[in-house]
Amino acid sequence: MSEFGNFCLLLALVLTLYALFASLLGAWRKQHRIVRSAERAVMAACGSITLATGSMLYLLITSDFSVSQVWEATSHALPIFYKIAALWGAHNGSLLLWVFITSIFTGVVVYQNRFRYRDMMPYVIAVLMVNLAFFLSLNLFLSNPFNHVVQVGADGSMLGAPAEGRGLNPLLQYWAMVIHPPILYLGFIGFVVPFAFAMAALISRQLGDAWIRTTRRWTLLTWLFLGTGLILGAKWAYVVLGWGGYWGWDPVENSSLMPWLVGTAFLHSVIIQERKGMLKVWNMILVIMCYLLGVFGTFITRSGVVSSVHAFADSSLGKYFLLYIGTIAVCGLFLIIDRLPYLKSDRQLDSVLSRESAFLFNNMMLVVACFAVLWGTMFPVLSEWLQGNKITVGPPFFNRINIPIGLLLLLLTGVGPLFAWRKTSIESLKKAFFLPGVFAIATLAVLLAAGMRNFYTLMCLTLAVFVTVTIFEEFYKAARIRAKSNGENFLIALTRLTLKNKRRYGGYVVHFGIVLIFVGLSGNAFNQEASQTMAPGDTMKIGDYALKLTDYREADTPNYVYGVTYLDAYKDGKFLRTMKPEKRFYKTSEGQSTTEVSIRSTPKEDLYTVFNGLTDDGRYEIKAHVNPLVFWVWFGAAIMVFGALITLLPDRGGAFATPQVSMNLSVPMEESVKEQ
Amino acid sequence: MVGGAVVLAALVWLGFVGFQESKAYYITVNEYATMHNQLQGKTVKVAGDVVQGSIDRGKIPMEFVISSQGQELRVRYVGKDVVPDTFKDGSQALVEGVVSQAGVFQASHIEAKCASKYEAEYAKKTK
Repeated sequence: MSEFGNFCLLLALVLTLYALFASLLGAWRKQHRIVRSAERAVMAACGSITLATGSMLYLLITSDFSVSQVWEATSHALPIFYKIAALWGAHNGSLLLWVFITSIFTGVVVYQNRFRYRDMMPYVIAVLMVNLAFFLSLNLFLSNPFNHVVQVGADGSMLGAPAEGRGLNPLLQYWAMVIHPPILYLGFIGFVVPFAFAMAALISRQLGDAWIRTTRRWTLLTWLFLGTGLILGAKWAYVVLGWGGYWGWDPVENSSLMPWLVGTAFLHSVIIQERKGMLKVWNMILVIMCYLLGVFGTFITRSGVVSSVHAFADSSLGKYFLLYIGTIAVCGLFLIIDRLPYLKSDRQLDSVLSRESAFLFNNMMLVVACFAVLWGTMFPVLSEWLQGNKITVGPPFFNRINIPIGLLLLLLTGVGPLFAWRKTSIESLKKAFFLPGVFAIATLAVLLAAGMRNFYTLMCLTLAVFVTVTIFEEFYKAARIRAKSNGENFLIALTRLTLKNKRRYGGYVVHFGIVLIFVGLSGNAFNQEASQTMAPGDTMKIGDYALKLTDYREADTPNYVYGVTYLDAYKDGKFLRTMKPEKRFYKTSEGQSTTEVSIRSTPKEDLYTVFNGLTDDGRYEIKAHVNPLVFWVWFGAAIMVFGALITLLPDRGGAFATPQVSMNLSVPMEESVKEQ
Repeated sequence: MVGGAVVLAALVWLGFVGFQESKAYYITVNEYATMHNQLQGKTVKVAGDVVQGSIDRGKIPMEFVISSQGQELRVRYVGKDVVPDTFKDGSQALVEGVVSQAGVFQASHIEAKCASKYEAEYAKKTK
């Protein structure tokens, strides 16, 4: 079966190279037949990669430990669910998953556009094939999951395949971790589609906004996957790693945040290009950055260049990634410079008080944030090159820069929609700012009166209220107008309004989700923690809570043994519930342990308990955190996903990714709302 | 434009402050052995493998020994965070703390990973 898998990968590489060659030849000779054959080769390559992935899954499920991926990431006792997840439980297999997802994306794009964009598509195929060929070659020649494992005896004799695997890293045995890598991969990889269209548009000089409209949904979907992946990773860190937080500015976390930040900038700036014909060069640069940051993210995770808890071990792939990233960046920039005359703006910026300039500022902030994160992440490597000393920077660096940027972005989220396109009069601004302003100032006053003095938290909560009011006002005003003019019920008007202009109102829902996430983040300033070594009957205090140790039990499962402590939680003397933090020791994986935290979550705060193990004198090490407002991070993320799904809803009768110009029709109405 | 420049300047300044606050030299145990006199008072992150059987949880705070290329360093963990699950005999550890004259390194933070050990062994076994 492993030979079959290898053969499929090799076949796919041959087909990919053929498709690359044929699509370029077809474009050059203007022979559509040749392009057709390239398209068929793409489909065949996808099928072949799917078969390879299928054979790997078969090997994993049947526990064939002679295959390296199976041996490294599974064991007999592992539940079947995790055996499947073990596909991405070790380095080489995760690259196979990467290739598989890439091929599916590629296949869908080629299939969808088989009758469209005759001038552009050959180049789109070519760019997609370069991308696929790169990862396929890595997977086949340098990082092959189908490699064989043999045991070597002390005297150098071959002993055959191992009888038992090493087991899936226990830290990965958690539901969010099982779906986190594939979702994140979808997010990393997805940017290849807008990137391929952008490059094809440059090469074929088709520089209208067709490439942006066609890939709009891809970009949104990719952005959504990336955001969801980030949140799931944060959730995993919170629940599994047991240090009480969810974000540590770890290089691997950073590497998935960076494309998300630039992707967010791109989502906003394409709106300007679609509506105003501006920022064309900027959008090209952003889309190249999005794609390369995605590749760079896998580079950081896989090359071992930056040390991280998450990273796969050092591997030899680093230089190939750097070469690839460098080549793509140079080619992309060359194309942009060469085609500059085609990328002229149709218009100039009219006024600072315009929605365009709010978008521009938002873009600047997001890119600066990304740059700061990149700088901090790569600083150890840079300083070693330049000075010979490896210097690392910690969370304070990232927080100091990114908290103010985050607050500025939050402000823009509220202010942007209040500005009209082109130019806003002071009069209309006064009107628009009145209600949100009143609410914001009232919030600030209440918080100050309540004794809150933390500057960033005050700003964050005040702005959150400001933005929330602007968002609700937008919905309310527009729905009321619609209800009046159509004689509809208010709620029906609200729903129809949203569905009619999904991008705008779905976007507002996303903004609202972001606001809630910010509220959740602001709670960080008030985290409390305590730890105590306890005997049964002891009580520890944290904040308003008391935790009484009542019991301890141990038990055995096929996969691990565990010890669980029973802690009765009281708040202000009232019994809440029994917390059961747990410690597990896995039978394979060299006795690796994991910490199963026990969390009581309320909108106000989380009570987070950790059982850290037995001490030598038979007492129990307990650690507790009280983390205010964390709930809102997860809830806000859910709202964000919901909003993004609204924007992704297919338009009436339209297939997925059908270019829609309908949003332009809503301009007059939007403007009329503004003028009120 | 001016506003943008002011904002950028402010961010650069904040970045610089944060950088000074959190920068740490990343060195291995053997580099620590030769350099620790120059590094007095500076924050460092020292990387090394946890020596088999050296973790002494009986002592509070906990002590252990990390090594690289034959040099060893005794570490006392004085931080508040829970020691990560990946921290155990043989794992690669990264301990962070301020260099002082004392013979025992006072670590305020520990990171650990064991994945690379898997890979190293795996490489030996692969045909």
